[in-house]
Amino acid sequence: MKAVLTWFDSRYPSAYKLWMDHLAGYYAPKNFNFWYYFGSLALLMLVVQIVSGIFLTMNYKPGAETAFASVEYIMRDVNWGWLIRYMHSTGASFFFIVVYLHMFRGLLYGSYRAPRELVWILGMLIYFALMAEAFMGYLLPWGQMSYWGAQVIISLFGAIPYIGDHITLWIRGDFVVSDATLNRFFALHVIAVPIALLGLVVVHIFALHDVGSNNPDGIEIKKNKDENGIPKDGIPFHPYYTVKDIFGVMVFGMLFAWVMFYAPEMYGYFLEFNNFVPADSLTTPAHIAPVWYFTPYYAILRAIPDKLGGVIGMGGAVGIFFLLPWLDRSPVKSIRYKAWPFKFALFLFTVSFIALGILGVLPAEGTYITMARIFSGIYFGFFIFMPFYSTWGTPKEVPERVTM
Amino acid sequence: MSKEGVDNSKRRFLSIAVNSVVGAVGVGFAAVPFVSYWQPSARARAAGSPVEVDISKLEEGQKVDVEWRGKPVWVVKRSQQNLDELATLDGIVSDPASDVTSQQPDYAKNAFRAREDRKNILVVVGICTHLGCSPTYVKADQPHVLGDDWKGGFFCPCHGSKFDLAGRVYKGVPAPTNLVVPPYAYIDDNRIIVGVDSLEGAA
Repeated sequence: MKAVLTWFDSRYPSAYKLWMDHLAGYYAPKNFNFWYYFGSLALLMLVVQIVSGIFLTMNYKPGAETAFASVEYIMRDVNWGWLIRYMHSTGASFFFIVVYLHMFRGLLYGSYRAPRELVWILGMLIYFALMAEAFMGYLLPWGQMSYWGAQVIISLFGAIPYIGDHITLWIRGDFVVSDATLNRFFALHVIAVPIALLGLVVVHIFALHDVGSNNPDGIEIKKNKDENGIPKDGIPFHPYYTVKDIFGVMVFGMLFAWVMFYAPEMYGYFLEFNNFVPADSLTTPAHIAPVWYFTPYYAILRAIPDKLGGVIGMGGAVGIFFLLPWLDRSPVKSIRYKAWPFKFALFLFTVSFIALGILGVLPAEGTYITMARIFSGIYFGFFIFMPFYSTWGTPKEVPERVTM
Repeated sequence: MSKEGVDNSKRRFLSIAVNSVVGAVGVGFAAVPFVSYWQPSARARAAGSPVEVDISKLEEGQKVDVEWRGKPVWVVKRSQQNLDELATLDGIVSDPASDVTSQQPDYAKNAFRAREDRKNILVVVGICTHLGCSPTYVKADQPHVLGDDWKGGFFCPCHGSKFDLAGRVYKGVPAPTNLVVPPYAYIDDNRIIVGVDSLEGAA
């Protein structure tokens, strides 16, 4: 065995270096808590989606005439096809649950602050790619919600002055969402975006391991090293955190399996009922709403009574996250030590994000629109006023070493 | 050859600048086929042929849907009362005189947004000018939540845009312009052809 390893190591020494740099020799802070499960769970979901997706393509037939029927064929006639399909559709929602919690962890502990701005930006690019991936994947079953969801989102580009109509025509490849649109979305969904996602995830993790992980105390463990140059508050990722994360995977797997087996449609929130009706280009469903993970942005879009303004608001709501590292000017990173104005602002933001998510599935009528406008204001206010309120008040004293 | 007095930083700048510019031009040319590949194909462009609608059985207040270029086209027969009420809405619609020329042919730029000789027949593309949903036809005398002064028209369930019975958009809704009136012509009293401005073009 040793001879084999030596043979291998002399021919590919960087494999051992990778193992050391990212697992056995990567020292992570010892005070990781519950919130630190979601990074590795996001990686798990990426693998689940890729594996289940590969199997789906073996029986899925892109094309306006064949797509809907082939999905039903997978569901009814292919051995275990229903399981693979539900794994993929449930997986999409769980991927977003995990990613949203992962991002919220960043907000809580200031993980976007220097020197991790690039890690945050790469993470936002992953989030952006993931939204594109989910959106294009949702067209593929060619149901009513697939069709009209794509119609609405592609039409967003039509709000761009002068060239908008040319861009929407170019994206669709036809005068309406059609066979051409479906096939190109299939190509992007199964090849282009997954490749980009994989690349971004690798760079995200490598950049993180260069600067080192943040922790719930928001202090730099690299400032306190022992005589061997190892952080005193660090423990090797493997075996300590691999074991912790495997425990997380088990609990998460139980939840995931429960939904996949007993509530794969999640009462219309993971798979919308109208999507079990084949696409019809002449009839819009009476109530159209995106899948839950897009609803906060959808509510912002509807809250603004102007086409271009609504689109800018929607795009800005996602894009403004990129600026976060430079908006937060608090002297401390972690919510544990921040002064009360920031805590209160983060609380308001969390409430408004969830409220917008709920409003996004409700019809756009009367008081709902007013509420969506108020919460949209809070949403943007959280970012716009952050350079000011993050400096207000007196933060608690940050300890020298991490606390458990 | 003497290298004295040679400013290497200028050489470096020049070579980087030249290589970048020439390289960018090359990338630009190479991108043309890939970008153009996404434009509607010859088959998609050829598919937009005109369609015929028979309106002999259309009663007042009724709407018939036909498909033209993959889009729903509505033909609505309006009553005299409907036509009279349109003028009362001039104040609450954003383009009462159909001044946005892209939204209708010249012959439909009038108070009823229809051909003058058959002004009770409305022909519009049933696609909301906001984000492309197909609005719902809501008559004044059916149950609705659009207010007591609703005179009938179209309501988009996606984002709440409202249009009157001439396809004119209300103020304060997300849709920016009136519904599109497609080119259309009358073959005879009971038949409309959608997709051409006159019968000569249809042959």
